[in-house]
Amino acid sequence: MKIVLVSLLLTLLGSSLIAQTKTTVKRPAVKSSSNSTSLRASLTRGKTVYAANCLACHQADGSGVPNLNPPLIQTSWVLGSKVVLVNQVLNGSKGKVEIDGDRFENAMPPQAHLSDQQIADVLTYVRNSFGNKAAVVTAMEVKSARAKRK
Amino acid sequence: MKNIIIIIAVILLGLTSNTFAQPGKTKADFTLPAGFKYSVIGKSLNRARHIVVNSNGDVYVKLARPRGGKGIIRLQDKNKDGIVDDTTGFGDYGGTGITIKNGYLYASSNTTVYRYKINNNEPDTAHPQIIVSGLIDAGTHNTKSLVLDNAGNIYVTIGAPSNICQAEDRKTGAPGQDPCPLLEKTGGIWQFKADKENQTYSDGVRYATGIRNTVGLDWNTSTNTLFAMQHGRDGLQDYHFFPDSVSVELPAEEMLEVKKPGDNFGWPYCFYNQLAGKKMVNPEYGGDGKATGRCEGVAAPAAAYPGHMAPNGLLFYTGNQFPAKYKNGAFIAFHGSWNRAPLTQKGFFVAFQPFRDGKPSGAYEVFASGFAGKDNITAPGQAMYRPCGLAQGPDGSLYVTDDAKGNVWRINFTGNKKG
Repeated sequence: MKIVLVSLLLTLLGSSLIAQTKTTVKRPAVKSSSNSTSLRASLTRGKTVYAANCLACHQADGSGVPNLNPPLIQTSWVLGSKVVLVNQVLNGSKGKVEIDGDRFENAMPPQAHLSDQQIADVLTYVRNSFGNKAAVVTAMEVKSARAKRK
Repeated sequence: MKNIIIIIAVILLGLTSNTFAQPGKTKADFTLPAGFKYSVIGKSLNRARHIVVNSNGDVYVKLARPRGGKGIIRLQDKNKDGIVDDTTGFGDYGGTGITIKNGYLYASSNTTVYRYKINNNEPDTAHPQIIVSGLIDAGTHNTKSLVLDNAGNIYVTIGAPSNICQAEDRKTGAPGQDPCPLLEKTGGIWQFKADKENQTYSDGVRYATGIRNTVGLDWNTSTNTLFAMQHGRDGLQDYHFFPDSVSVELPAEEMLEVKKPGDNFGWPYCFYNQLAGKKMVNPEYGGDGKATGRCEGVAAPAAAYPGHMAPNGLLFYTGNQFPAKYKNGAFIAFHGSWNRAPLTQKGFFVAFQPFRDGKPSGAYEVFASGFAGKDNITAPGQAMYRPCGLAQGPDGSLYVTDDAKGNVWRINFTGNKKG
């Protein structure tokens, strides 16, 4: 019985190590030095876009406002589909949004005035800040979502 | 200058007050004026909104969302040892408003006002009567606070589902709708008959209008008028009329006194600049941070407080337990701000507004502070507790709710009144 448990533990440990390694490899930051530089630049630009357009409601730490403005920390929207996320930024919402079981009442104005690059940067920043870790969003992806929206 | 006076007042208050550490309970130690102490009487009830205490001491708390199918929680101290020994509940709806008057307990969902007859201190929970229904719930500002006067009327707040009545809500620079169509059925306080069932808009009177949103309200029995705390608009700072340090204080959170039916307080066209002491035109209606134009003659607030602090509870203190200065003055529960970036958030305390001859007299005082758990937080989610509802017990104790974790505190005066 003990042996089974130990081997089970080892297997779990092993697979989690592999998973961790995989995640590490996936991280754009360590892909190559040029990608790393461009990610850093995107994050820096994204932070500026965030401060000017998002921070007042979603807050400096991404925690949002209970019942009013959604948090951006480890939510299914932030970590999930990039297309859904880009469309949220482009279209905004009329409020009464339900996210992971909580309801948020305030409307979000559309942010379509931001450029493809600005939206890519700010979403890359959000998806890699506040404890989040998710794939970068590119200007091409924003451009494509914007085109489909029209 | 006013700010400096307030800062000095706060420092003086700090020097003369006692901090009561709650052993082993929480990190939040509340600071109260000398002679006051607090105790926790309810813990983790979830989002505890308004609160009322019956004449026998039973405490009723309205929850924003039902917990285990119960939206009203009753806290009882059956053996009268000062400690709650029975927690029960009823009412399968969430909401904010709750009050007791003339043998009935009134409570609200975000669309409906219910009441329960109280027989021998027991509400008849099996037979709720619907007093008003069909009130607008469009998400934003949907809570319905309640208070009764002494003439058989109930007042229900109906907030505007909007920041400033733009066709595109919360879009900086988008023009405001003029006239604002939301004012027909929201953006004010409605008066209904307290004992008539099945009323709706057509049975009510729009008692006060031009109010963006009110959560805290109370009937002042010494002036025989309705007082309501308006939540001022968001995002005025996005127009950069003033430096950030000034901008985040505007517009004021307003204490409104409704002196006659139909009083209009100017939303969405006007905001109150407490530093200038004037109602000014909102930028969505052509304002430039100076113009008073169409807002001249619009009723000024009875008192004004720094912007965005979200006054969610108002209580005129009529008890005899506290020192004489508190009698007929107002306690205000400030829920705490979120719209003050790039500066830190503010509020998260219970204030006391002195009154004299039925009018606010002098600056407000911070009465109970420390709810946030730490200073200079940048987001409301960092606050440990957020004050929301206020009530007075039959012995003159003050009750405070928190809708972050759902705690309820009782504050007593145990000091020397003469000292």
